[in-house]
Amino acid sequence: MTIQEVIKERILILDGAMGTMIQRHDLQEEDFRNEALKDHTISLKGNNDLLSLTRPDIIKSIHEAYLEAGADIIETNTFSSTTIAQADYGLQDWVYKINYESTRIARAAADHYTALDGNQPRFVAGSIGPTNTTASLSPDVNDPGFRAVTFDALKLAFRYQVEALLDGGVDLLLFETIIDTLNAKAALFAAEEVKAERNIQTPIMVSGTITDASGRTLSGQTTEAFLISISHCELFSVGLNCAFGAEMMRPFLKILSDKSDFMVSAHPNAGLPNEFGQYDETPEEMVDQITAYLEDHMVNIIGGCCGTTPDHIQAIATLAKNYKPRQIAYAH
Amino acid sequence: MKPLMLSGLEPLIVTDETNFVNVGERTNVTGSLRFARLIKEGKYDEALEVALDQVRGGAQILDVNMDDGMLDGKAAMVKFLHLVASEPEIARIPIMIDSSKWEIIEVGLKCVQGKGVVNSISLKEGEKIFIDQARKIKQYGAATVVMAFDEDGQADTYDRRIQICERAYRVLVDQVNFPPQDIIFDPNIFPVATGIPEHNNYAIDFFKATEWIKTHLPGAKVSGGVSNVSFSFRGNNVVREAMHSSFLFHAINHGMDMGILNAGLVEIYDLIPKELLLYVEDVLLNRREDATERLVDFAESVTGNGKVKIVDDEWRKGTVEERLAHALIKGVIYHVLEDTEEARLKYSKPLHVIEQPLMAGMNTVGDLFGSGKMFLPQVVKSARVMKKAVAYLLPYLEAEKTENNSSKGKILMATVKGDVHDIGKNIVGVVLGCNNYDIIDLGVMVPAQKILEEAVNHQVDIIGLSGLITPSLDEMVNVAVEMERKGMKIPLLIGGATTSRIHTSVKIAPKYSGSTIHVLDASKSVAVASRLLGEDTADFSASIRSEYEGLAVDHQSRQEAKTLITIGAARSNRVGIDWQEHEVLKPSFLGTKKFDSYSLEEIRKYIDWTPFFSTWMLKGKYPQIFENAIVGSEAKTLFKEANVMLDQIIAQGSLQANAVIGFFEAQAVQDDVEIKNNVVNRLHFLRQQGKKASKIPNISLADYIAPKSSKKQDYIGGFATTVGIGIEKLIADFEADHDDYNVIMVKAIADRLAEAFAELMHKKVRKEYWGYASQEDFDNSALIKEKYQGIRPAPGYPACPDHTEKKALFELLQVEENTGITLTESYAMYPASSVSGFYFSHPKARYFGLGKIGEDQLDDYADRKAMDKQEAERWLAPIIGYK
Repeated sequence: MTIQEVIKERILILDGAMGTMIQRHDLQEEDFRNEALKDHTISLKGNNDLLSLTRPDIIKSIHEAYLEAGADIIETNTFSSTTIAQADYGLQDWVYKINYESTRIARAAADHYTALDGNQPRFVAGSIGPTNTTASLSPDVNDPGFRAVTFDALKLAFRYQVEALLDGGVDLLLFETIIDTLNAKAALFAAEEVKAERNIQTPIMVSGTITDASGRTLSGQTTEAFLISISHCELFSVGLNCAFGAEMMRPFLKILSDKSDFMVSAHPNAGLPNEFGQYDETPEEMVDQITAYLEDHMVNIIGGCCGTTPDHIQAIATLAKNYKPRQIAYAH
Repeated sequence: MKPLMLSGLEPLIVTDETNFVNVGERTNVTGSLRFARLIKEGKYDEALEVALDQVRGGAQILDVNMDDGMLDGKAAMVKFLHLVASEPEIARIPIMIDSSKWEIIEVGLKCVQGKGVVNSISLKEGEKIFIDQARKIKQYGAATVVMAFDEDGQADTYDRRIQICERAYRVLVDQVNFPPQDIIFDPNIFPVATGIPEHNNYAIDFFKATEWIKTHLPGAKVSGGVSNVSFSFRGNNVVREAMHSSFLFHAINHGMDMGILNAGLVEIYDLIPKELLLYVEDVLLNRREDATERLVDFAESVTGNGKVKIVDDEWRKGTVEERLAHALIKGVIYHVLEDTEEARLKYSKPLHVIEQPLMAGMNTVGDLFGSGKMFLPQVVKSARVMKKAVAYLLPYLEAEKTENNSSKGKILMATVKGDVHDIGKNIVGVVLGCNNYDIIDLGVMVPAQKILEEAVNHQVDIIGLSGLITPSLDEMVNVAVEMERKGMKIPLLIGGATTSRIHTSVKIAPKYSGSTIHVLDASKSVAVASRLLGEDTADFSASIRSEYEGLAVDHQSRQEAKTLITIGAARSNRVGIDWQEHEVLKPSFLGTKKFDSYSLEEIRKYIDWTPFFSTWMLKGKYPQIFENAIVGSEAKTLFKEANVMLDQIIAQGSLQANAVIGFFEAQAVQDDVEIKNNVVNRLHFLRQQGKKASKIPNISLADYIAPKSSKKQDYIGGFATTVGIGIEKLIADFEADHDDYNVIMVKAIADRLAEAFAELMHKKVRKEYWGYASQEDFDNSALIKEKYQGIRPAPGYPACPDHTEKKALFELLQVEENTGITLTESYAMYPASSVSGFYFSHPKARYFGLGKIGEDQLDDYADRKAMDKQEAERWLAPIIGYK
């Protein structure tokens, strides 16, 4: 069964946080190194994507925990695996390998679970973060005309990542945590180019991030303006993730749900971070809030972002079974 | 059919019901001499104002054109669009990237995050190029204007217009798969009244072509450059405005959706003088042979400059504080220097300008952001204004500093690795700098390694860390760990938006043995730095440390509430004591022993004065408090007066000190302690239920008594002391004199004496009556620090928080008969200056906080005490860890 077929029948479950699960392992610098990296001069601790190479056992176990919890779609451990983001660690040359191996780990885990139960096929989404730069905002308040990155540089970086993810065998591409729509447009440009070259139809998921109470992205767009700005691509789904818990995300998700011609996804955080930067919303609390999404048939895909765990995903998956997915209304 | 949907920061949706979309035309170097001059001279700030005027004048899309032979059109387009993106009021609307050069269009498309419009492409160079460009536009996510232009030239008749537009439409829709609603035709607006007869039908042909397109090409829109039509009347704005207005009136009636025009300069159709309108419409609609001549003649009689630009500068009339606030909130940079200068002259010190009007404005910005009424790009603009104002003041601040140039100390400041935010840090730096501290600012994204190295190189006195985003919290912990590893001792200040006192106390302070202090904002930084580098440093550091430790313990117990283990699991993690190895010492007597009218002179020696001062809101440890610069002299006076009163009380015997102690055969049964041969046969204790790290026990006081299963006979003690007998009369006398000061004084002294009496009795018990520590020899300060063996926890306090157990203790010791202390119905002791508790002698016994308990323990406890569940919940409410 293709994902396009499955999604018509039910609400699909996306997995939860990778970083939160990695943190539980209390890893040290040596966990982020292998033989080839043993003399790397820059500290690598915290470069979680690298664990796909140095501690694949951990990444595999996290994927399995989410699959066990009922996730239909798992995300590769590649959120920061662009040449731009990896430049902080001096690992630009490792980007292909990280993306490829991360995909292999997720692919194997997903295929194993699909084999266990053919009625619930599992899919691998290549996770593509926004990079740590913004094409629409100047990092220097005194020089608003300055840009730390260009559209073309972003496009190239995303292209490398997309190619490696596709080589590794992802089913979907998920551009997530979009804080600057211009970055996203460069990413979508790159993905469309690669798809056209390869003559493939890999579905694309896009997920933006509303960063503050004004209901805007970091680069200042309203939710609807964001939707309009990325709708030139034939997307599989559009949605929101990160920044907020489910409750605060709701009004903005509603806008997407009302106006989007694509499937709608949401993977909110487990609430807002506390004073320690940690997330402490329990699965029960999160499920309460997500019930409101489901009652109103606002989503087709639901999962979790920062602070969510397999317990959260299991609770959400159990809940979602009782609800029908959102229907796309061609309202206009 | 879907509507045309465009976006800047906000959406613009063009439906059939949309009346007409104004495209602002003044940011066009080919159409506006002024804009062209500003761009050529590199005056981009002013060029942005032109854009802002367009938006304020009602433009819904902004046309930007940089086609000029003397300009690097690509560079100018990129630079201007970058600047537009930083002005939220402009960036709100979609951009129309206007150029006849494809390469300029393409660089422009790479600069807009929203869905803009390309203006324009056409079949001028054939289908292949047209298709390529349309494909690219689609990939960049823009709509496009298509000119009625083909290989044979620009369409200037009705037939050519509709023929080219239809061909272009079919190519776009059928071959490129371009969304039809994203196609906007420009069927060419040409000047009329030029004197050339062939031009007379231009306007009518445009109207008719518009109608045909809207009827025959589904989804497509029609636009045009409206100002062209009146080109013949350059210099006569009255006529031009009338022509634009009338042209639009008819074009819109024929289906025109949008037009490029100076939105501020369109006369309202109904307000055009009737005569002028007649001549204008004769021309536009080609109604008379002599229409042009008649309008030209009439035009000479009409003069005037048309509309006057209205600038919203009402705010300039406010006070300097209001103007600065406005500039910060709106991000208006133009007048900030003059306003800052005015404020500098008004305020006595340049620093006050920062601390008062500027910070007040930034606080408002923070509040608006917090409540969702501002968003980040707007806040960035505010920050720019703030920086500019601070930069202006800096030389004045420096000048002031050198006037009295003795440095108070060196402070290193840095925004930690991974974080680029530095406005707050810079303000703190400025404020401290103004107070004669030397600031070494390492900037942003500073790794721990560099912070440490520079701190050593410069021999700084304080390190200040800043950060705005949550990952910075961890990096700050990392810096603290590194400082500890290097054996540093200098104080560490923590600041920035996500930092908090609680995070600093729980996560950072425990990692570093030097002082670690959270500084809320710039205004607090000077006070903290001066105390850290001042004379009472040790005292200040100690009080911060103890405050933070308190916060950390508090936090720990709240955390524990969230992760409770079952009471069964907690019991199997009891304190590990090898009772077979332990030698139990039998007290010198069993049962109770009372002490009447104990010597106050002796009790006095055991007073811990520190809490006495805190009763009077004076912070500091006794006796160092007397050296404190701020409260020292007041503390001395208070201390002297307290001792005078004590002398009087002792001399007159106006307070009586009574006590009772007792020892009983005891054995623990789970969390209870069984008492042998007594009316009270059981004491009930609670057990910590929070999840502990490995090898840390879940403690209950019962763990300190040998369990029944050990077959060892153990003992438990109890005590009650009071010095409050007679206090009512003393208080009544002072109250009669309305002497509140002495009322508080006598109560404070009695409280201290009661505690001192308990301390004294405990010492006697350890050395003599129980005698398990007969060799002990501690001075009073060691006693206060609880260095001795064994504990004397009181019911209602952290280790055994159940006040109702006081009843058992009182019965056990027959407290009321022996001392005169009674229990109120809420289990408070009367007189208030009384202390009671249990004695535990085991060397492992220590004070602890119970933390939260689960429902399973509460049920079990209520059972053991034969108490109603609800009643138990009421008494234990503060420690209940379930809903």
